[in-house]
Amino acid sequence: MEFTRRSAIVMGAGAFAALFLPKLAVAAAGDDAIAAFTGGAEMADTGVTLTAPEIAENGNTVPIEVDAPGATEILVLALGNPTPPVATFKFGPLAATQHASTRIRLAGTQDVIAIAKLADGSFAKATSTIKVTIGGCGG
Amino acid sequence: MISRRDFLQASMAATALYGASSFGNWGKLAAQQALTQDKLLEFDTFGNVSLIHVTDIHAQLKPIYFREPSVNIGVGENRGQVPHVTGADFRKLYGIADGSPSAYALTYNDFTALAQGYGKMGGLDCVATVVNQIRADRPDALLLDGGDTWHGSYTCYHTQGQDMVNVMNALKPDAMTFHWEFTLGSDRVAELVEGLPFAALGQNIFDAEWDEPAELFPPYKFYETGGVKVAVIGQAFPYMPIANPGWMFPEYSFGIRDERMQEMVDEVRAKGAELVVCLSHNGFDVDKQMAGVVTGIDVILSGHTHDALPEPVLVGETIIVASGSNGKFVSRVDLDVQNGRMMGFRHKLIPIFSDVIAPDPAMTALIDEQRAPYLDQLTEVIGTTAEDTLLYRRGNFNGTWDDLICDALLSEREADIALSPGVRWGPSILPGQDITREDIFNVTSMTYPEAYRTEMTGEFLHIVLEDVADNLFNPNPYYQQGGDMVRTGGLGYRIDVTQPQGSRITELTLLKTGERIDPAKSYQVAGWASVNEGTEGPPIWDVVENHIRKQGTVSLDPNTSVSVKGA
Repeated sequence: MEFTRRSAIVMGAGAFAALFLPKLAVAAAGDDAIAAFTGGAEMADTGVTLTAPEIAENGNTVPIEVDAPGATEILVLALGNPTPPVATFKFGPLAATQHASTRIRLAGTQDVIAIAKLADGSFAKATSTIKVTIGGCGG
Repeated sequence: MISRRDFLQASMAATALYGASSFGNWGKLAAQQALTQDKLLEFDTFGNVSLIHVTDIHAQLKPIYFREPSVNIGVGENRGQVPHVTGADFRKLYGIADGSPSAYALTYNDFTALAQGYGKMGGLDCVATVVNQIRADRPDALLLDGGDTWHGSYTCYHTQGQDMVNVMNALKPDAMTFHWEFTLGSDRVAELVEGLPFAALGQNIFDAEWDEPAELFPPYKFYETGGVKVAVIGQAFPYMPIANPGWMFPEYSFGIRDERMQEMVDEVRAKGAELVVCLSHNGFDVDKQMAGVVTGIDVILSGHTHDALPEPVLVGETIIVASGSNGKFVSRVDLDVQNGRMMGFRHKLIPIFSDVIAPDPAMTALIDEQRAPYLDQLTEVIGTTAEDTLLYRRGNFNGTWDDLICDALLSEREADIALSPGVRWGPSILPGQDITREDIFNVTSMTYPEAYRTEMTGEFLHIVLEDVADNLFNPNPYYQQGGDMVRTGGLGYRIDVTQPQGSRITELTLLKTGERIDPAKSYQVAGWASVNEGTEGPPIWDVVENHIRKQGTVSLDPNTSVSVKGA
């Protein structure tokens, strides 16, 4: 195959477009996952606690904790990841606490959101911005 | 009935008056040639507890010159708030006369002339005299060290912190917290900490593998002083593995962890603490924010961002004390604690004028003993500053020391662009002063000194500058790391500090051609202090020494390569 200037430009444009597609797709995937979990219901701003570092020490393994007394399920989403849903924790009626901790991988600085489904069928959410930085230069 | 808050505010007013009486008078005293040790240390002992705070000494055993910043921009809610006030505005705020000793100690203007008049500041033998005198007033005063103690000099580097440990042990602190100490590597830190005759505190120092509190560093310690049960909670620098090489201490994790801070405050209160003190290396704005989130802390002794404030800042019912850096100041805080409540305080930021305060002879001998094996190396003169050149570092964007270091990187490593980290330590050198090897180490000493040379694309350079700018200018202090902006050589740019990350930096320019940086093009970049493992290159102090030797007399052109908007 011979490379013409035109085909190179077209390929360049294609690569450019491909770079931008995932972001839109990711945002939609996050919204879709939230809608699927809540059925579009309103989410209260209290009722679930998300504990996460402000700045990740290592974006490949970021410790997070979720706590939502009385919850039956907690969904965790990393909205800036290629695949936003991270985990869903389900708590049976005999669970002593509705608390879970795990480590997640983050593709970059982004919002992580925890949505709890409470026993009465209502929802609560908490959001945390976690920065993933290239580091350096500490005073 | 007077509430506790009224008491605190009354105390603030009293402090302001007290501060005014000591600070304001210095100008007059100097005019009368009457700046005396007695005046500097004058303090009406108050209440039943005394705290002595030193922080960010950066291994400066001997007196130094240290010019405070001319540019220190606050963003978000901290815009224009202390400590983001400099120069004439700072003097006006605190009623400090131009040309007075406090103007010299706390602001940058006329630095050379004032430094020649008032002399060097600091020196741990002079600090010892001050500590001893406070202990004479109040024998069970608590001496608390905010960290960045075992880092920053030739002798500290070559003894892996042992010189500082020996000298500080003689000063007998009651507790300490940490930052640069960890860059000695976790094995060395453990070895030194295990031998300390005082508490090594950090409620936010965790075991990285298990995300559990690290055993070596208890969160707090109780002290009985003046009949008062005092709890001191440690808070180490939260962003150590990010701002410094995490691979040197992979066993540890940090973070602000303000939820745990609240748990610890509640725990010590439940155990009967009548006064809760947080010994912090958060940085001032982070401490301010934390004081608004965590309830029940009476006093935060704040370190990391090197601010020296003549009065505490009151947030809710918490007072925040900032005690400067490099041994320039000691803070004394006397507190009246009644029935488990802090009812009032008296505070003084004591400037360590080394020509005025008599050094403690035993401490002088101990310091000289640490230096003796290295004296020939330390005192070797490498060059001299020109009559128009003051070398200093502090400031958000550039300082002449870093201009010189960047010039050294550009010429010695044959690069287009140089990057130098925006650290806040490093004393100043006056015009016409000899530059010794010790002076070069004072601004470069670290355990990851390799001066690398690498290719970076214009796009990556932009990402680097945006990333560092956000560590400094993110409007939420919890996302700030407490350093200044990375210094650039051969590269100019424009910054709007009010913009979000990704939009602050524009007009990147390669200075040698005057052309805009091309995102797609690669440039030769030299720098030092990379946090990446396996970085290669000669140590930065050798690069700087070679450059200064070739210059003989160091002279620098004014740096106009950074244009700042939104300050």
